[in-house]
Amino acid sequence: MKLIFERSVPGRRSAILPSCDVEAAPLDEAFARQRELRLPELSETDVSRHYTELSKQVYGVNCGFYPLGSCTMKYNPRIDEEAASLPGFTGIHPLAPEADTKGCRAVLDEAARYLCEISGMDAMTFQPAAGAHGEFTGVLLIKQYHDARGERQRTKIIVPDSAHGTNPATAAMCGYEVVNIASSADGCVDLDALRAALGPDTAGLMLTNPNTVGIFDKNILEITRLVHEAGGLCYYDGANLNAVMGVVRPGDMGFDCIHMNLHKTFATPHGGGGPGAGAVGCKDFLKDFLPRSALMEGEGRLQVRAFAGNFLVVVRALAYLKTLGREGVPEAAKNAVLNANYLMQQIKGSFEPAFDRVCMHEFVLDLSRFKKETGVSALDVAKSLIDRGMHPPTMYFPLIVHEALMLEPTETESKQTLDEAAAVFRDLYRQAYDDPEPMHTAPHGTPIGRPDEVKASRTPVLRWRQD
Amino acid sequence: MGSYVPSTPAERQQMLAALGMEDALQLYADVPEAMLLTGPLDLPAGKSELQVRGEMEALAAQNTRYGTILRGAGAYDHYIPSIVKYIPAKEEFLTAYTPYQAEISQGILQSIFEYQTMICELTGMDVSNASVYDGATAAAEAAAMCRDRKRSVTLISGAAHPDVINTVRTYCYGTGHALRVVPVKDGVTDALKALLTPDVSSFIVQQPNFFGQLEDAKALGALVHEAGAQYVMSCNPISLAILASPAECGADVAVGEGQPLGLPLGWGGPYLGIMAATQKLMRKLPGRIVGQTTDAEGRRAFVLSLQAREQHIRREKASSNICSNEALCALTAGLYLATMGPEGLQEVARQSMAKAHYLCSELCKLDGVARVYPGAFFHEFVTTLPRQDAVLAALSKAGILGGLPVDGGVLWCATEKVTKAELDRAVAIVKEVLAG
Amino acid sequence: MNIPNELKYTKSHEWLKEGDVVEVGITDFAQDALGDIVFINLPEAGDEVVAGERFGDVESVKAVSDLLSPVSGIICEVNEELLDAPELLNSDPYGAWIIRVEQVNDYEALLDAADYEAHCAEEA
Repeated sequence: MKLIFERSVPGRRSAILPSCDVEAAPLDEAFARQRELRLPELSETDVSRHYTELSKQVYGVNCGFYPLGSCTMKYNPRIDEEAASLPGFTGIHPLAPEADTKGCRAVLDEAARYLCEISGMDAMTFQPAAGAHGEFTGVLLIKQYHDARGERQRTKIIVPDSAHGTNPATAAMCGYEVVNIASSADGCVDLDALRAALGPDTAGLMLTNPNTVGIFDKNILEITRLVHEAGGLCYYDGANLNAVMGVVRPGDMGFDCIHMNLHKTFATPHGGGGPGAGAVGCKDFLKDFLPRSALMEGEGRLQVRAFAGNFLVVVRALAYLKTLGREGVPEAAKNAVLNANYLMQQIKGSFEPAFDRVCMHEFVLDLSRFKKETGVSALDVAKSLIDRGMHPPTMYFPLIVHEALMLEPTETESKQTLDEAAAVFRDLYRQAYDDPEPMHTAPHGTPIGRPDEVKASRTPVLRWRQD
Repeated sequence: MGSYVPSTPAERQQMLAALGMEDALQLYADVPEAMLLTGPLDLPAGKSELQVRGEMEALAAQNTRYGTILRGAGAYDHYIPSIVKYIPAKEEFLTAYTPYQAEISQGILQSIFEYQTMICELTGMDVSNASVYDGATAAAEAAAMCRDRKRSVTLISGAAHPDVINTVRTYCYGTGHALRVVPVKDGVTDALKALLTPDVSSFIVQQPNFFGQLEDAKALGALVHEAGAQYVMSCNPISLAILASPAECGADVAVGEGQPLGLPLGWGGPYLGIMAATQKLMRKLPGRIVGQTTDAEGRRAFVLSLQAREQHIRREKASSNICSNEALCALTAGLYLATMGPEGLQEVARQSMAKAHYLCSELCKLDGVARVYPGAFFHEFVTTLPRQDAVLAALSKAGILGGLPVDGGVLWCATEKVTKAELDRAVAIVKEVLAG
Repeated sequence: MNIPNELKYTKSHEWLKEGDVVEVGITDFAQDALGDIVFINLPEAGDEVVAGERFGDVESVKAVSDLLSPVSGIICEVNEELLDAPELLNSDPYGAWIIRVEQVNDYEALLDAADYEAHCAEEA
C-alpha cells in the first residue's frame, strides 16, 4: 500500500486552527529554520483512510488467537481504555500542584496496594516505562544498596543462560559483570552452578519464576537462601507473573525486588510495541532507594525518566485490578495455567513438548526431531500458522531449546479456541510429512510474503525519500 | 467479579479431566506447599464493569482540571485534533504486540517507518529509531551511544530540564561514567569551552532550554566539534517547525520529548522519546528501527531491522536494554504530523510563540513583573512575580493553571490553544492580586 | 569446505596469514555457520589487540559473533571495504582479510590446516 508521503498533494490541508488573534512574534534569522519542512499534505479523509488501511494490516489480540510465549497476550478490556481516556486523567499537567492531583495520586496509591499484596513487596514505584526499564530500576536498587553499605566489591550479577536478553543487558547498564550460569536439563537453576558462581563479589541474581521454559523452579527457596547467604540480593523478573499471581508471591519466594509488566499481567494493551509500564516493587529495606516520583519525593533520589511514569497505563491496570479483585486474580492465574496445560496435552502426540511434564502458563515445543525428519523448521511452522488465522508462537526462544516454539495461550481464551488451535497444530504436523513444500514459503495469504531481512540489514533503508 | 475467563465451570472440569486432574491447584505441584497462599489476598472483591467505571470516574473527579494552562516545563498543552484521538484507539493498533511477524504487521511497521521519516524531516537527521520511553531517557541513551573507550565523560547544560539532567545522571551512575553539568549565565549555557576536555564524549544542550530561552546552538555545536566530541541536541519537536533544525546546528544526535505531537498531558505519560542521528551513528542507535526491504516477489515490505544491535541478540554487550518502546505514541505523533501538515505545524509553532510573547509583554507591563533573562525565547519565559503564591492561587481559582515556580521567578508558557481573551483574563487577575 | 594449507587457524575459526604483517580473517566454516553476514564492527588502526581477546564482531540477521585475535600486537590496517560490503566475508572468506597486525609479540595456540579440519569435523 501507499506510504503516507505518496498520498501527499501540495496545498492540501485540514482546518484545525483558527487564525492567530495576537500579533506575530518576530524570530531572529539566526535562530530560524532554513530547510524546507517536508511533511505530508493531506485532507482529513486521506488521513483517515490511510490509517484505516494500515489497521487492516495488523494482527491484534482482538483479531484472534495470539499464543505468543512470554508476552502474555491476554484480552485488553475496553473499560480500561475508557478509564484512561477520562479527561480528569488525560488533562492533568505532570507539574500541577499536589492539591490538584489527588485523583492521580490515589490511582498510584491504590494500584500500589494491589500490586504489593500480589507480589509480596512493601513499596512500589510506577516511574519505569516498560519491563526492561523496570529491570534497570530494580537492579539500580541493588546497586545503591551495596554502595550504601560500602560493598563496592560486589561487581557481578548472576543470570541463568535461559534468561531473556534484557536481564544481562540490564546488568551491564548497571555496570555489573554478567555471570551466566548454565541451566539444568529442565531449564531450572543448576544449584551446583549457582553455588560455584556465588562469592564475595556477588551483587545479586536475576531470575524469573516460573522460568522461561514455563516451569516453576521448586528449589526457589534454596536458591534465594544461597544468594542471600553470599550477601547478594534477589531480583524477580515479573515477566511470568501471570502464572502465579494470587497463588504464590515472589516476596514469599525470597525475592527482594521485582518488576511487573503491567502490559502483560495486568492486561494493558501493548500498542504494537509500547507504551507499557514496569511497576517496580521492593521489600522495606530497599524502599529508600526507589526513584524519585510523585509518591517518592526528595532530593538525592535517582530518577529513571521524567515525571511520574506512564500514568495512563497505570490507570488501565488499576481498572483491571478492580475488576478482578481478590478472587479474580488467582482465578486468572489458574486458568492461564490450565489453558496452557490443556493446549499442550492436545498438541502432544504431534509436536513434542521440550519438557514433558506439567507446565505453568506457557510451554515450549522442541521441533528438532521434527525438522530432521521433515526439513520443516520452527520458522516454517510459525509462518504456516499465519495462513490458518493464528498469530505464531514465540520462535527460537529460549535459546537453550533448539527449534523452539513457545506457546502461552493466557486465561482469556476459551476451550473452543484451544481445541481449534490444537487441531491446526496437529494438521500442520501431518502436512509436514505429506506435503512440506508450501510450508517452506508460507505465509501465502498475507499482503507480503517473507521479507528479505538480509537485504534490509545489508543495505538499510530506514526512511522514505522522494525519488 | 470478572477475570475475563471465558470457559464455564463445566468446561474447566472437562479440561482438568483431560489432564487427569480434579482441581487446578494440582497444576501447582512444583510450588513448595509452605509457600502457597492459604487464604484470599487482602484485596477488595472484584467488581462489575459498571462499578469500576464509577470508581474510576470518581478518582478522575478528585483531580482539578484547568480550562487554561499557562504551564509547560516539559509537558505542553497543545490542541489534539479529534482524528488524532480516535485512530490510535483502533483495537488492531492497540492490542498488537511488537511487530516480530512482519507478514501480519505491515500496518504497524509502516506506521513506524513513516514516523521515522517524519522525525528525520523535522530534525534534518539521517536516521531515526522507532522511539524510546521519553525525552529524558532519549538524552540518557544519546549520552551512552556517544561514548567510546577513549571518551567517556558526558556534559549536559545546566539549562536543560532538571528531570532530564537527573535521568542522565542516573544512567551515568549505572554504568559508572562521569556527568558534568555546564554552568548557566543569563538563562543560557555558559563557559562550555573550559569543560571540553579530551575525555568528553558528548555535550547535551536543550533547545529551547528549560527557561524557554534560545541557545546559540550553532556556536555551541562548533565548540563541541572543535574539541572532538559529539553534539547532542534535545529539542521541542513543535519548535522545529520554525527553529533551525538540529542538523542545521551541527548535531550528531537529536533527541526530544515527543509529547507535544498529539499526546495528552496525562500526568506525565505515556510520552515519547524522539531519537535521531547522523548516518555515521546509525548502528549505535538503541531500540527498534524499521527498515524497508522486499519479499520474494519484489513487493515492498517493512521489517524490524538492524536487530543485531539489540539486547535479545547482543545480551550483555548491547548498549541498551530497551525492548518495548512507545510504538503507539510514535504512531500518534506521525498521525499528528500528517494531520497538521507542514503549514499546520508551522502555524502551531508560530501561534504558540506569538501568544507567549503577547503574554510576556502584557505581564511585564505590571509593577514588579519583569523578564528574568534577556534574549530570545520560544513559547516559555521566566518573570519575576511578587506575591507569587497569592497570584497562582487566584489564577487557580479562576480555572487557570499559572506558570511554574522556579528559581528567581515563575516559568510561563503559552500554546496555540489559549486565546487572547484567556490571556487578557489571566493578566487581569495577576494585576488585581498585585494591586491588592 | 575450503581450508587453505598455507594458513594457520584458531579454534574460534579465525585464520591467520604470516608475512611482514599478520593478516587475520574468518574461515569458510565460520562464514557458513553464521549465514549471511550483514555487518562487521571493526577496530581502528593503531588499536592494540591481545591474543585470545575480542577485537570486533560480525553480525548476521539474528546473531552476533565476537572476533578473537589470534595474536597480540598493534593493528596497522583494517579492511574498511567490509563496512560497505560485508557479504565479501561470505563469498570470499580468505580474500576478505579483516585486520593487519604489526609488532606481533604473542600468539594463540594455532592449528595447521589438517588439525583445523579435524576441529571443524568435531564441531559439526
